[in-house]
Amino acid sequence: MADLEAQLAEQVTAAAAAKRPLRIAGGATKTAILGRAIEGEVLAVGGHSGIVSYQPTELVLTARAGTPLTEIEAALAERGQALSFEPPHFGAGATLGGTLACNLSGPARPWGGSIRDMVLGVRLINGQGERLRFGGQVMKNVAGFDVSRLQAGALGTLGVITEVSLKVLPKPQATMTLVEESSDADAIQTMNRLAGRPWPITGAAWFDHRVHLRLAGEPEAVQAARREMGAMAEGDESFWTELREQRLDFFRGAVPLWRLSVGSTAAPLEKGQATLIDWGGALRWLRGGEAAHRQDQAAKAGGHASLFRGGDRTGEVAHPLPPALVAVHRRLKAALDPAGVLNPGRLYGWL
Amino acid sequence: MTDRVGLVGELRAVVDPQFVIADAETRRPFECDGLAIYRQMPMLVVLPGSADEVAQVMRICHRHNVPAVARGAGTGLSAGAMPHGEGVLLGLSRLAAIRAIDPLARTARVEPGVTNLSISQAAAPFGLYYGPDPSSQIACTIGGNVAENAGGVHCLKYGLTVHNVLAAKLVTVEGEILELGGPAQDAAGYDLMALITGSEGLLGVLVEVTVKLLPTPERAQVVVAGFATLRQAGDAVERLIGEGIIPAGLEMMDGLAIRAAEDFAHAGYPTEAEALLLCEVDGSAAEVAAQIARVDRVMRSFDPLRITVSQSEAERAALWKGRKSAFPAVGRISPDYYCMDGTIPKRELSNVLEGIARLSRHYGLRVANVFHAGDGNLHPLILFDASKPGETERTEEFGARILELCVKAGGCITGEHGVGLEKIRQMPAQFSDAEIAQFLAIKAAFDPTGALNPGKGVPLLAQCREYRAVSGARF
Repeated sequence: MADLEAQLAEQVTAAAAAKRPLRIAGGATKTAILGRAIEGEVLAVGGHSGIVSYQPTELVLTARAGTPLTEIEAALAERGQALSFEPPHFGAGATLGGTLACNLSGPARPWGGSIRDMVLGVRLINGQGERLRFGGQVMKNVAGFDVSRLQAGALGTLGVITEVSLKVLPKPQATMTLVEESSDADAIQTMNRLAGRPWPITGAAWFDHRVHLRLAGEPEAVQAARREMGAMAEGDESFWTELREQRLDFFRGAVPLWRLSVGSTAAPLEKGQATLIDWGGALRWLRGGEAAHRQDQAAKAGGHASLFRGGDRTGEVAHPLPPALVAVHRRLKAALDPAGVLNPGRLYGWL
Repeated sequence: MTDRVGLVGELRAVVDPQFVIADAETRRPFECDGLAIYRQMPMLVVLPGSADEVAQVMRICHRHNVPAVARGAGTGLSAGAMPHGEGVLLGLSRLAAIRAIDPLARTARVEPGVTNLSISQAAAPFGLYYGPDPSSQIACTIGGNVAENAGGVHCLKYGLTVHNVLAAKLVTVEGEILELGGPAQDAAGYDLMALITGSEGLLGVLVEVTVKLLPTPERAQVVVAGFATLRQAGDAVERLIGEGIIPAGLEMMDGLAIRAAEDFAHAGYPTEAEALLLCEVDGSAAEVAAQIARVDRVMRSFDPLRITVSQSEAERAALWKGRKSAFPAVGRISPDYYCMDGTIPKRELSNVLEGIARLSRHYGLRVANVFHAGDGNLHPLILFDASKPGETERTEEFGARILELCVKAGGCITGEHGVGLEKIRQMPAQFSDAEIAQFLAIKAAFDPTGALNPGKGVPLLAQCREYRAVSGARF
């Protein structure tokens, strides 16, 4: 629980003056995943920690970037609330700032939104060491460009996130997991069809020949939906945590893990190869394979492929962008970090 | 000086000549948007018929260094689509096709000139609809909705425009078409969809939008309760949220707004009440039945003067009609009204309303308050008479003071209407010079010459200093 923003800003200012690259670290739970491996002087945000304000009836929580997710989730649980985007932790030290920078959201994402959707405002240190505030602590704010949401998935390349205000929601009163044997192709149809029904679904995944569905809401509503959905067996709720934290058998081992974010109705991407499908069809996890092949599969399915874990992390790991967007990315990076000192190369080698 | 004749010739070579409008009489209807106190005749009005034509028009404007202002239906309330005197007003109303609806994926791909409501109408046969529902939804277009990050009465549960759009095609100031987002839940690289949503036409011109569609709720019911004081209604809102209820809509109106709406719509509102709450819940039939009982119980614990629970779709529509027609209703009791759009933390409601009442006495102008209570978005309607000398200026000053009040309460100057031209003077109240400079740098990353909607959204730093000097002198 300390306010280190001034020191952090000084370190950025000094780095910018010397054009010395910084590597931003919170809880260091995602250093080896998601982005490229980079060198640089460590900018340690983890100590900049603590819940700044939490007003349950405003549905808003503000915390410093280094605040552990566990601390935030405990504070919310005390008041019957939760993070609707169900963030993966990937380790005990996972922080709020890192979760936003990585835009990480769990199985509830298509229904409960992503962290990008729930961000209301941020405090930020730009690449010149200026301490800035964007958005706010209210549900709606359309003054100025949405620099807060722009941080989601930018992997720290557009600023050092020092504080985040989030919309939080009540924890559902009841939940139920249902399981059924299914082929991948049938599961994709089922998950999309059910997502179009006005039922309280908050999870839909397929793995190991079985489709898993999660209902959450008022107890009566969960029971009613269960009756309408027919004869599915009740499953174990811990499945969703194991899925979110990548502890299922599928995720074990050193074979590179590919994340393909695609249109939810895209047909199964590969026959014979073990795939795990989450987000009601919109997220496909695959093991191994050549980058060009994975990128081609993702593009044909309306999305993008990234090397999430393992493999060569010194080459590009994110899906290539068309030249027009490369130019936009370079100009935006220069607008927020003209000296190019914030996590250079973490998202793309050229950025 | 721009060679107007040469420009018209070039534009008529790419757009059907009748839609390159140069004569004053036909240009006149485009001189303002929904905030009619700000007017400016454009040099030219151009109404392209396709995305490709938009790109060609932008290329011509770029070559001639002519500013361009994009416009949808012109329903905006911040003068964001007010034309530039030496520029082209780029009307997108002819790009009004619904390209595709994918019922299984729950998406609709549409041109920017498609109206908000018509997307829901086209999706209805599939049991789907488009979530955000600004009160102008019959007329306003999806392009304008994205440009302004439009909201509506259902934001608390279903989000703003930014939560409900997946992809867009954006024509740059140089006339190049960028494809942003896609059918997936996220995109590679930076979240440019988030950046362009709410960017008020400063970064590019939208020529196509893909939106998410939601399943039509099985059932919706509304509870309407009138209270003797605003504090009771405010406390009821706190309790509802505190009990874990997220209503689909949660609206509040004050006494003046209640009586104006009742006179106009005959919705059955209690006219003796000083505060009215409308609380709608939706979802599956079982979910609604469970929640409506809880809402009813909470409302009754705050001693309402009258409480009604809708028992049919017709009754629900009738109860909403009063709220939905609040603006025209207020328009009947005053020659003119000016709608503000501040947001505040909900707990500050009583303080802010007291502050507004104080300002109302100071300026000698009445105010009716309509409030998206669920998400803290306040719409004070200042009643005035533009034909009285000085009254418009006094109204604008009053409005500016209200927005400063919102910022001081921890809120912001605009929740859903945008900054446009109207609130550009209040930007320095919410943002520091360094933050404004950061906005300007982002603007320049897309539009180095400042040709897209100049003078709107983000003030120049020199203006900030001027505004600060003026407002400093006042207090």
